Amino acid sequence: MTGLRTRGLSVRLGGATVLDDVSLDFGHGRVTAVLGPNGAGKSSLLSCLAGLRRPDEGQVMLDGVPLTVLAPRARARSIGLLPQSGEVHWDVDVATLVALGRFPHRGRWGETEEDRAAVTRAMAATDVTRFAHRPVTRLSGGERSRVLLARVLAGEPEWLLADEPLASLDPAHQLDVLDRLRGVAAAGAGVIVVLHDLNQAARVADEVLLLRAGRVVAMGPPDDVLTEALLAETYGVAVDIGRTADGCRFVIPVRRIG
Amino acid sequence: MRAHPFRLNLALLLGLLLAIGLSLVAGKVWLPWDAWSASDPRWLIIVELRLPRTMLALLVGAALGLAGAAMQGYLRNPLADPGLFGISSGAALGAVLSLFFGYAASAFLLPLFALTGAAVSMTLLALLAGRSGSLILFALAGMMLSSVTGSMTALAISLAPTPFAASEIVTWLMGALTDRSWQDVRIALPIIGLGVVSLALTARSLDALTLGEQAARSMGVDPRRLQLLIVLGVGLCVGAAVISAGIIGFVGLMVPHIVRPLAGGRPSALLLPSALGGALLLLLADSLVRAAPTVSELRLGIAMSMLGGPFFLALLIHMRRSLA
Repeated sequence: MTGLRTRGLSVRLGGATVLDDVSLDFGHGRVTAVLGPNGAGKSSLLSCLAGLRRPDEGQVMLDGVPLTVLAPRARARSIGLLPQSGEVHWDVDVATLVALGRFPHRGRWGETEEDRAAVTRAMAATDVTRFAHRPVTRLSGGERSRVLLARVLAGEPEWLLADEPLASLDPAHQLDVLDRLRGVAAAGAGVIVVLHDLNQAARVADEVLLLRAGRVVAMGPPDDVLTEALLAETYGVAVDIGRTADGCRFVIPVRRIG
Repeated sequence: MRAHPFRLNLALLLGLLLAIGLSLVAGKVWLPWDAWSASDPRWLIIVELRLPRTMLALLVGAALGLAGAAMQGYLRNPLADPGLFGISSGAALGAVLSLFFGYAASAFLLPLFALTGAAVSMTLLALLAGRSGSLILFALAGMMLSSVTGSMTALAISLAPTPFAASEIVTWLMGALTDRSWQDVRIALPIIGLGVVSLALTARSLDALTLGEQAARSMGVDPRRLQLLIVLGVGLCVGAAVISAGIIGFVGLMVPHIVRPLAGGRPSALLLPSALGGALLLLLADSLVRAAPTVSELRLGIAMSMLGGPFFLALLIHMRRSLA
């Protein structure tokens, strides 16, 4: 019963069905990429998995316990979310920002040794220790995204959910973030990441989940799921599929169909 | 600039002690050290007039500074001020209604009316805009509340049953700490105390909100509990301030701004220095209006607005530059 799973998950938004009877099992130590066209329900799925949205039907279960019965802080200790927005409203320094990630763990009487150690580890894992005392406003886009990832890692969640963490990053920084996500999974956590880029998904994911109109089209290893037929069904496009020199699949959409 | 919250708080505390001394000494009658003995007749001025007034200035300033810092953190907007969003004017409307109906003779009805006014304003504000989290909606709702309660206050003045009631209302609205007694301190202290406790409980959730509402919720912040504490805390603090001193604007806007660069941006680190700074600012301003060589005492509320208006304008110009 361990793991993060959904059973019969349905979400409706203003009369439209955003998620329709979604049942999934996610495993520890794996990266799952969630793919699908705009409006497929990717962000809603992530919100439900993070416990931020109460599904209209069905349940999300963490190690067999429905998320809805967990206290918010207990849930937050297990599940960390990296939102897409990347908002930082006040000009705090990097170390302070990363330390915010300890929120679900911290007691009433301030930081413990364990909190400080976790923050140090998270900053080292994302290579941001060098600018620990720099204000967040004086970071480049790539540095900033690493700092925000460090914030989530500081909470040492068993599950890391990331909503389009590659948006607005240049290719070098995209590879950088993907590497760190792989590192998090290698350390034993389950990583669920919403992506737009099929090729990045093919590179990073152990499993790919294809969503369309709130329903699961397929879930499995990239080689089984990123196929001409399934991508045509999901996106309505014809694709050319090839392999990179290191054996990783790549996909190029060539034209619309239907 | 590196933040040194401890040094900042220490400096503010020292400044506050000096300002308390100044406030006890300064006024139309200056009280040199030789007046400080129970056998001197001027001792009564100190104990029965200056001390309660000083206490009240301290409490009101701290309450307004703290409420401003909490609101700015909650709304993630450096322009937020309880006075700009209709909470003070809601409390004032309540107080004015009690003056209008002549209830102010009873010591507890004016505070009760004012607190109810503040609570109604905060609740409306929260209901109108709080759930969406939209700042524009919140600001518009606040301005709307401000103007509605303001016009209802004007209506109460124009319909006042006696010229005496009208002048009482107008004088009261201008905001001052003239002729306050220990009775006023006894009413304000517990209300502000509750407000402070309520706002202190929001400190860490406000920090989490630095990352936006979604991230804060994912970290375990309960948005409804937070909103309730903010509404309660700001309502109690601002309500008590209005009860004690009428409308005194801009403290909640200016003080968090001045201390933010020194305290380091984190909303929770801003709460204590904003309270201390608010108390310091109001004590100094109140000592100044008392000691100023004017025929009748300059109203504290007017003095603060004269100070705060240009400050707000300078802030807008600065923000426009950094946005351009």
